[in-house]
Amino acid sequence: MKIKDLKELLDAEVLCCEENLGRHLYSACGCDLMSDVLAYVKDQGALLTGLVNPQVVRTAVMMDLVCIVFVRSKVPTEDIVELARDNGIVVLTTGKRLYEACGILYSNGLGVKATKE
Amino acid sequence: MSEPLVFHYDIDGEDFISAGQASIQIKKNLRRIGLSPEIIRRVSIAMYDGEINMVIHAKGGTADVMLYEDRIEIILADKGPGIENIEQAMQEGYSTASDTVRSLGFGAGMGLPNMKRYSDKMTIDTTVGVGTTVTLVINLI
Repeated sequence: MKIKDLKELLDAEVLCCEENLGRHLYSACGCDLMSDVLAYVKDQGALLTGLVNPQVVRTAVMMDLVCIVFVRSKVPTEDIVELARDNGIVVLTTGKRLYEACGILYSNGLGVKATKE
Repeated sequence: MSEPLVFHYDIDGEDFISAGQASIQIKKNLRRIGLSPEIIRRVSIAMYDGEINMVIHAKGGTADVMLYEDRIEIILADKGPGIENIEQAMQEGYSTASDTVRSLGFGAGMGLPNMKRYSDKMTIDTTVGVGTTVTLVINLI
């Protein structure tokens, strides 16, 4: 799945790094606990979260994640978006709840198989 | 053997929101040097967890990253309260962090376990009331 597919599926708005929408996603995690995100490394993944602070972006940077989706219509402040932009991470916001957003992505094949496309 | 390349960072303990800046910086530096993404990820995650720990528990400290030919050593030193029970602190899920820290997405009791998970060797030198020094080694070969 590409990030642009995720954007369509979640009816999400892009807040930065639109030029990277063509990048592939191979996994995703839905989590508000950054400590837990840091415990499980996945290549080229997306992070879906309802937590909004700069540590979300730093966690994504450390994990080499390529995309952050803020759920429940949460919109990060400009400094958070700027930090993501600096690191080439696509930031999206969707009105869907975390459970629903994860379910949609999973049922469309994201993260179902561990193998790369 | 030649002298290691050393990166030194002062970790500001006042502001949780800015915690992690040193780890982002080390990640950029290691990329510039051209180490493998896997090694860079392990170093930066381990250091990030260490940095967060120092901000949460010890009002900051210092981080020194030493790049040798065969390994990377990260020395995280603080003058915080020390760790009373290392065995307990090493248990996944055990945490003494405040509710404020938890509301920011940390304090889940994964800090030290993660640092161990992503390094090849971890040693903790701690004295209650004096401080803690955590040394992490990540082998390059």
